[in-house]
Amino acid sequence: MDYVIIIISAVFVNNIVLIKFLGICPFIGVSNKVDTSVGMTGAVTFVMVIATIVTYLLQVYVLVPLGITFMRTITFILVIASLVQMVEIMLKKVSPSLYQALGIFLPLITTNCAVLGVAVLAVQNDYSLMESVVFAVGNAIGFGIALIVFAGIREHLELVNVPDAMKGVPIAFVVAGLLALAFLGFSGIV
Amino acid sequence: MSQWNNFSRGFFKENAVFVLLLGLCPTLGVTTSAFNGLGMGLATTFVLLMSNMVVSVIKKYIPDKVRIPSYIVIIASFVTIVELVMQAYVPDLFAALGLFIPLIVVNCLVLGRAEAFASKNNLITAGIDGLGMGLGFTMALVMLGAVREILGSGSLFGLKFIHGDGMILFVLAPGAFIALGYLIVLINRINKREA
Repeated sequence: MDYVIIIISAVFVNNIVLIKFLGICPFIGVSNKVDTSVGMTGAVTFVMVIATIVTYLLQVYVLVPLGITFMRTITFILVIASLVQMVEIMLKKVSPSLYQALGIFLPLITTNCAVLGVAVLAVQNDYSLMESVVFAVGNAIGFGIALIVFAGIREHLELVNVPDAMKGVPIAFVVAGLLALAFLGFSGIV
Repeated sequence: MSQWNNFSRGFFKENAVFVLLLGLCPTLGVTTSAFNGLGMGLATTFVLLMSNMVVSVIKKYIPDKVRIPSYIVIIASFVTIVELVMQAYVPDLFAALGLFIPLIVVNCLVLGRAEAFASKNNLITAGIDGLGMGLGFTMALVMLGAVREILGSGSLFGLKFIHGDGMILFVLAPGAFIALGYLIVLINRINKREA
């Protein structure tokens, strides 16, 4: 039951992009087309889950026993950066088709604050390993939903006549605001 | 390019938030009040200034292939310093900014300046660039924080000037997006007139 609550909370109530403001860069940057945002979601899900598992294990078995939890930020970002690199190399060998699909999005993920954010949050919330995994999956789904819905809206927005000064990014922000307003409606269900 | 230009372009012409659209996560996340925006801006400015200077000094010794991980380690060290100092001296602000302090590491603005500017310039130029960009970022955060605070709770830097609550929407998440959207419009207009 706890797992269900964690998932619902991560996807709808505390949506990582629209309510917690993590991962805004890809949210604004690669949300021009639905196809690319699906690719980005796949890559983020993959890295986010693996990164959360690895950083969780590091926190529990290395940082805490040694009493060096103040090194958390440095350790986590290094782990994530090297993980992204490793995933890229492995995917290239194991599944070239998946690599082709995710290719350009993988390097971008190192600087996606959603990945580091979820890893840090999972540790801060004192989750168990299983709960951390569920939390990461839930947040990845939440990221995906926000990104894909937003991309869908932006595709239509291309055809709309907006004032010159509002074209491009400003109107995208206003739309994101309205989307966040919609997600605010979920608050209180958990 | 004169050093003054180098310093001042971070404010309007190449403002990190409004023009380059870098570092948006903390921009939206912490600006529920002007004061939080100021705190976050200054913390980022410190990291940016120090990392820019260190990168420009040791750029010759970093092999090209591992430069990005090296920059990240440098940046993460300064972020950890900021984290510890803030926790010790301004615990309230530290609690309010929360998760976004460690996230300065992945602020694309900091890594972006290290890679695009500090790795090609000398100590003083890189330092001035870091200071200008950082203060421009701070300005953007304070502006957004002020707009949200005035509209959302009818106060500025904690000084209340209306009775009751403001439009609570602007303190919540949607207001951040909408306010930033309109601020970008405003800055675009100003930049167009100057050009």
